[in-house]
Amino acid sequence: MNNNHQSDFRENLKNRHTIGKWFYIILLACLLVGLLMLTALIIDLAVEGHAWIRPELFSNYHSRKPEQAGMKSAIIGSLIVMALTGLFSFPLGIGAAIYLEEYAKKNWLTNFINININNLAGVPSIVYGMLGLAVFGRMFGLFSTDSWLVKLLHLKVGEGTLSGLQFNLFGISWLEIHLPFHKSLLAGALTMTLLILPVVIISSREAIRSVPNTIREAAFGLGATKWQVVSKQVVPIAMPGIITGIILSLSRAIGETAPLIIMGAFTYVPFLPKSIWDQFTVMPIQIYNWITLPQTEFRVNLAAAGILVFLAILLTFNAIAVLLRKKLEIKW
Amino acid sequence: MKEELSNSTIISAKNLSVSYGSQEAFHGITLDIPRNKIVAIIGPSGCGKSTLIRCFNRMNDLVPSAKVSGDVFYNGQNIYGPNVDAVQVRRQIGMVFQKPNPFPKSIYENISFGAKVNNYQGNMDELVEKSLKQAALWDEVKDDLTKSGLALSGGQQQRLCIARALATEPEVILMDEPASALDPIATLKIEELMQELKEQYTIIIVTHNMQQASRASDLTAFISLDRTRVDDRVGVLVEYDLTEKIFIKPAEKETEDYISGRFG
Amino acid sequence: MKKSSTFLGHSKKEINREKIISAILFLCGVFSVLVTIGIIVSLFSETIGFFSRPEVSLLKFFTGTTWRPLASKVSPDNFGVLPLITGTLLIAFLSAIISVPLGLGSAIFLSEYASERIRDIFKPVLEILAGIPSIVYGYFAISFITPIIRKVFENWFGVEVSFFNALSASIVLGIMIIPTVASISEDALRAVPRSLREAGYSLGATRFEVITKIVVPAALSGITAAFILAFSRAVGETMAVTIAAGSTPQITLNPLKSVQTMTAFIVQVSFGDAPSGTINGQSIFAVGATLFVMTFGMNVISDLVMKKFREEYE
Repeated sequence: MNNNHQSDFRENLKNRHTIGKWFYIILLACLLVGLLMLTALIIDLAVEGHAWIRPELFSNYHSRKPEQAGMKSAIIGSLIVMALTGLFSFPLGIGAAIYLEEYAKKNWLTNFINININNLAGVPSIVYGMLGLAVFGRMFGLFSTDSWLVKLLHLKVGEGTLSGLQFNLFGISWLEIHLPFHKSLLAGALTMTLLILPVVIISSREAIRSVPNTIREAAFGLGATKWQVVSKQVVPIAMPGIITGIILSLSRAIGETAPLIIMGAFTYVPFLPKSIWDQFTVMPIQIYNWITLPQTEFRVNLAAAGILVFLAILLTFNAIAVLLRKKLEIKW
Repeated sequence: MKEELSNSTIISAKNLSVSYGSQEAFHGITLDIPRNKIVAIIGPSGCGKSTLIRCFNRMNDLVPSAKVSGDVFYNGQNIYGPNVDAVQVRRQIGMVFQKPNPFPKSIYENISFGAKVNNYQGNMDELVEKSLKQAALWDEVKDDLTKSGLALSGGQQQRLCIARALATEPEVILMDEPASALDPIATLKIEELMQELKEQYTIIIVTHNMQQASRASDLTAFISLDRTRVDDRVGVLVEYDLTEKIFIKPAEKETEDYISGRFG
Repeated sequence: MKKSSTFLGHSKKEINREKIISAILFLCGVFSVLVTIGIIVSLFSETIGFFSRPEVSLLKFFTGTTWRPLASKVSPDNFGVLPLITGTLLIAFLSAIISVPLGLGSAIFLSEYASERIRDIFKPVLEILAGIPSIVYGYFAISFITPIIRKVFENWFGVEVSFFNALSASIVLGIMIIPTVASISEDALRAVPRSLREAGYSLGATRFEVITKIVVPAALSGITAAFILAFSRAVGETMAVTIAAGSTPQITLNPLKSVQTMTAFIVQVSFGDAPSGTINGQSIFAVGATLFVMTFGMNVISDLVMKKFREEYE
């Protein structure tokens, strides 16, 4: 290549291109490490766990003998907690999202709420566990025998393990209420609701935002009230995105262990919960329990088997979300 | 005659065509750029003018779907030849873009960047000063070269980009509508600059502004739509001659139509 | 002229309903603020209870180097939180050594080198890594990583490695956080305008030079925000570190030893089922409050840095 006369540029092209090649290789390696680890994980799980995936895993409760141990109560517990969490977070999340996207004015309060939600999304999950313990599990001790509230209202509270107030709402036998919620399914579900609420709100807002403004304008132009526009036009169109967001949030919640440990979900639950006031366990806690037991069959094999089942359920959730989104999406 | 041409021709395109994927941008362009002249490339939008000059410094390599056929000779050597390093070509054929794009760094760092990556051995301070002087920006910024390039006005930023291109001591400067984003005063400054620069450099400028082309250039190339391809927008070289000839008595009717504003 | 009676407009009942609905929605919106208040109140009310105990001293909590809450002698000397903090920071720091370069490297590759097809293969891989729950990483740590570490250090270097060690936890934590670093960094890199890259190339720079001297510096504040966020996540992580690093609170820089993080301590006590009102039941709130303040601070800083980055490119 023609070089300028008296060129002061010692271009050094060969070195520069060699550096470029090595750079490319290093970057590719960075990406491949993740892939490598994922592969190692899957192989490890499959090798250690596949032999132990058998019907007993699903039909038995946890037992001290590995051959008889199963995760029945954990699987059911996880599913019930997820269903309740979805039930609670759906209206709250959509309500907040609708308010923030359609109703809220641009003032300091709205700004504050936005910042607040973003901050909540970054709070470690274990802190939500402690929140749940204090607010739902113990209710700040308001219903213990020496609390000011009990003394003021002359409430009759029990003592011991299931201390607190217990009564039937409106006198109906199956509408029993326990205060505080202790280590019940209800307390667990409420805690998980608070945990995933910020993410549900954020994803619902995005779904609502993606509805074209022209739809709203057309509806308003026809004389509809705000709520009519929102409920009959905007939300139905945004619904696939909203539901996908909730299912993805739930699939994240199903893997959360720490908050429920703090809430008091147990590791040995040899029964299926019959009401929301019952104690419970979930899959990740059962798996954690197995990991910490000394026998190899538990901490290596059963744990792997449990994880494989758990991941399969997780994958199903995610797949449902993705499929739903694809099927119901409207392409503008 | 041929020797004369090869001495005074710095860049020569031979039957150059470019397509992006299946869409052809322009087709069969052959022209010679003589040394130390200002060549203007005019024509309606969408005919491949920018694509053409991006062939001269191999910037089209950066677009994955771009396919270049034909040859471009720089000082007699085919820059699309097998052993040619595009990085080296770009040091010697510089470019100024339509929208000023200074780096988010200081003025000094902007100018010295090209020289640094190309291992400049001389005195960097002198190079920066010389480049800024050549770009007629030195007096305005000499008091604080550590100021960010983004803190300058639009016209100053563009002159900074010119100075930056000059700092790699190129032979040719390609300008892609350099003044289209600037106000008239800044535009005039750039045009004056071009006249000073042509003593040392060769300038190829794409412009939509016909007054600018007729004022500032020595030669003009008119690229327009290929009339034989009615369904496609493909550019061809319609006419290429001395600027006076193009603007006063063009050979092609199409050229005359464009210059008098009958289409464009 | 016939009066148009088929269009009745909105009745008073409907208008009232609108008001009620917008009030309900407003409450939903403000609910999130209630959650934040709930976190602060629950953490700090128990923390205050904890520090009002005579067996605990606020000063010794933050400066004491011994954490033995289950010791028979209940004294302020046994409630120094520093070992938990150093354990947390050691693991977070080591995990950052893994997640930051690998995450940034992946981001640069995906943003500057990869074609659409390669991105379509590798981005799902990163998403899967991000979706795997922490407890699975914990299992991976003791099932796969710890044996390898022991083999390397004990057989090749003759250095003793305890079964529970900080290094194993850090490694899996680092891998877990790679997707976070990668996705935020990649967004930052892609936000750098193409025109800056073109300017760099036109001056005769190689791709390596354009990336390292122009693109990455221009995306720096966005990338920094990613690093801070990754560190904050590592600090708040629970299950993987609890399983892999163990429950030995000690101040050490040796990653081959077992340490206890703040989160692991909280889990340990929760399994022991400390009733409310006891010193251990309250200690978890004090530790939790410390953890909350740390992660909250880091998240705020990361947000501020990100805001600065967005200002540059919008």
